[in-house]
Amino acid sequence: MAGLAPSVAAPFTRSSPHVRRRQLVDALATGIMTLCAAAAVLVLLLILIFVTLNGLPALNLAFFIERPLPQGEAGGGVAPAILGTIEMLAVAAIIGVPIGMSTAIYLTEYGRGPFARLVSFLIDLIAGLPSIVIGVFVWAWLVRHVVGHYNGFAGGVALAIIMIPIVTRTVEETLRLVPDPLREASLGLGIARWKTILKIVLPTARAGIITGVVLSIARAGGETAPLLLTALGNQFFSVDLLQPVAALPVQIYNYARSPYEDWQVKAWGAALILIMLIGSLSLLSRWAATRRLGK
Amino acid sequence: MIARDTPSDAQPKTTTPPPTGLGQAPPAAAVDEANGVPGPSIVVRDLNAWYGARQAVAGVGLQIAPRQVTAIIGPSGCGKSTLIRCLNRMHEVTPTARAAGSVELNGVNIYGEGVDPVQVRRVVGMVFQKPNPFPMMTIFENVVAGLLLQGGALRRELEEIAEQALRQAALWDEVKDVWRKASGASLSGGQQQRLCIARTLAVRPEVILMDEPCSALDPIATYRIEELIGQLKRDFTIAIVTHNMQQASRVSDFTAFMLAEEDHIGRLVEFGPTSNIFTNPTERRTEDYITGRFG
Amino acid sequence: MTSPRREVAGFTGASRLTSGGSASRGDRVFSVLVTLAAACVPLLLIAIFILLLLDALPAVQRYGLGFLASSDWDPVAEKFGAAAYIYGTVVTSVLAVLIAGPIGVACAVYVAEYAPKWLAEPVSFLITLLAAIPSIIYGLWGFRILAPIMRAAVEPFLKNTLGNVPAVGALFSGPTVGRDYLVAGVILAIMILPTITAVSREILRAVPNTQREGMLALGATRWETIQRAVLPYARSGIAGAVILGLARALGETMAVTMVIGNSSTQIRPSLFTPGYTLASAIANQFTEADKEIYFSAVVEIALVLLLVAGVMNVVARLLVWGVRGPLGSATRAG
Repeated sequence: MAGLAPSVAAPFTRSSPHVRRRQLVDALATGIMTLCAAAAVLVLLLILIFVTLNGLPALNLAFFIERPLPQGEAGGGVAPAILGTIEMLAVAAIIGVPIGMSTAIYLTEYGRGPFARLVSFLIDLIAGLPSIVIGVFVWAWLVRHVVGHYNGFAGGVALAIIMIPIVTRTVEETLRLVPDPLREASLGLGIARWKTILKIVLPTARAGIITGVVLSIARAGGETAPLLLTALGNQFFSVDLLQPVAALPVQIYNYARSPYEDWQVKAWGAALILIMLIGSLSLLSRWAATRRLGK
Repeated sequence: MIARDTPSDAQPKTTTPPPTGLGQAPPAAAVDEANGVPGPSIVVRDLNAWYGARQAVAGVGLQIAPRQVTAIIGPSGCGKSTLIRCLNRMHEVTPTARAAGSVELNGVNIYGEGVDPVQVRRVVGMVFQKPNPFPMMTIFENVVAGLLLQGGALRRELEEIAEQALRQAALWDEVKDVWRKASGASLSGGQQQRLCIARTLAVRPEVILMDEPCSALDPIATYRIEELIGQLKRDFTIAIVTHNMQQASRVSDFTAFMLAEEDHIGRLVEFGPTSNIFTNPTERRTEDYITGRFG
Repeated sequence: MTSPRREVAGFTGASRLTSGGSASRGDRVFSVLVTLAAACVPLLLIAIFILLLLDALPAVQRYGLGFLASSDWDPVAEKFGAAAYIYGTVVTSVLAVLIAGPIGVACAVYVAEYAPKWLAEPVSFLITLLAAIPSIIYGLWGFRILAPIMRAAVEPFLKNTLGNVPAVGALFSGPTVGRDYLVAGVILAIMILPTITAVSREILRAVPNTQREGMLALGATRWETIQRAVLPYARSGIAGAVILGLARALGETMAVTMVIGNSSTQIRPSLFTPGYTLASAIANQFTEADKEIYFSAVVEIALVLLLVAGVMNVVARLLVWGVRGPLGSATRAG
């Protein structure tokens, strides 16, 4: 059968209008993609720059260690909010980290079959829940029925619920990276499985686990909505978790909504502190992540 | 001295013998003895290729004769895939990969100044080791995928060309009932590879490169592709990389044997008519490889 | 990226063989403990759903489907209809996706296909940082920086140019206050962009290189390869990424509540209308609620939000898993 006629070999530098148009489209596409990425990075920088520029004037020693003063009075600080955030994050970590890590251990070391797959799927579902819905839930449960009024403990629980999926996922990923021969060697020596996990697998994965925990704390630290419905906020220092407790994000919210210029500046200042807190936690987690497994 | 038999003539070489392993630059103009008309040919001179800082191929010179099948054989790691990917400028698609030297297609160096690799690849087609039909397209859409890039073809023409390509690839009878509906990925492995060949044929290239086209296929599918190659060479210039020596001896008219020594740099050891290479090789290393002493 | 689940052979067998007595009891206790912890997950979800349902029940029973259809929200007269909130949620979220979808996918394409290796990681990291910024800070920034710019420059511009175009013009009518659906949509777009980009990037990386090479070998330019081979292959995964972004936008509270105006409950077509979303309504109304039925109505809003966000997430993850397999913490962008 007659073959397909070979085309004349074109010197590959000469291009027809059609080819030039394709080259133009290709160049245009390259430009657009690059522009989009640049725009995204630019927006990030804009936000960070504005928070820094507007927040720096508010930062002084008093800002860090004093409590807020009544409206109209100058001075004062957000110390109760910083303290409250730390308190509630501690509660959240005490509740959320063990549950998250145990779930991760279950999914990696034990879970097989439909239940484990269900748990894995539902973890992602919880992560996708709007945080205000979690706030309403904790309000309905702890604020309304158990305690009877707004309290810091409920805030901690809400943050714990937010933390659990993050801890679970990151720890799970880290545990999967621990090589199986390590487990098998330990079991082969007669060490019980639970001891293998606690004394060999977890320490090997220590760096990644720390990363995951710190990351989840950073995320939870920035949450506002659930705290509005649970801890409510407080002008005063409080270590009583059964009473309303202040938190940095809530403080920012209250300051931002006020008509006073001084409080507006303080809102930026508190925002800067929050960003610095989250930023240093994230950097810490990334630093921990780059350390080698096991050492 | 390496004995060279080129298809066109037997002009004695006057250059001094090159260091062992390097091929010589063969004469440029190639005449197709069967038809007496010139056909598309590739002449490689002093081709070098790197992946980043690591050199993979050094100083290769050979000729892909027109309307003949040239096989490139050698043990794994000898650079044969790298070499063939240089012939249509696919090598540089890998990040940090680059090539230098002269690869002349009908006298025009595709590595010359201002040459558009996109244009080169239209004229030098490639079939890959693992069949890679586009799963989101139907069989028909797969075949015309390259044509649509060139633009301007009417629907009627597309169907005609596609049918012709599928016939040439010996696939038409098997898919003619479903080619407008079935996905390209719904075929068996051997059929997928023939689909990929049809797709390459449809753009009417001058040269077809095949990088181990049968290594992912079963023996029967392999046999059918080898048959197909025998038919295609009436109309196309073909170069095929294969790790299967028997396949090379069955299918090809010329064979190039490559080897990487301790420095892991691939070089051409011997090049000549297949019958010579397999029955009366000049180089000791060629003979060792052919007889299975290594590789 | 997560590795596929492994069967660790002989796991229980080894411990049974080599231990007895207290060791195997320790194993049993431990395995019960971790299983209980894991069981907290479905229990928690069930608890959330049931508790919200119970507290919302009075409102559900009293208002029925009218809750979703009526936009009449009058606590004094005990009339609760959330239609305006639903409308606000839909408008702002759709707007956010319309903006962040194409740009987010474009960013992912840039990082996955165009950027040189040394640039891809830093850029990807910086875009992920956008997700680490707390939503209250987006709210503050949006309220103090973006909204004034929108009011002073962008919205009048849109009104003058597009406001007179037939059909589309209704979207850009009315007074430009700078606290409205449009600003909320833009802020949401910035917030969900990192989610869309991160997930899309994973999807694009999962497209086999053989597909790209196949198209390139036919003589395609880089863009043609992306357009004709890569993106179609990644289609459903990218759809999943966008829906994940949409799900995030639906539930976003603090940033929205600070720029959306929280005032009128009328449903008007203009994007310059202030309004509420479901989430911002909860945040605002919660402290106002003084009657049982009022509380119940607000909890019902939360229930609606729970169901919508839940379904979106399920659909999105099924789409993404289809292309890529179970995701790891790449999605912890939100």
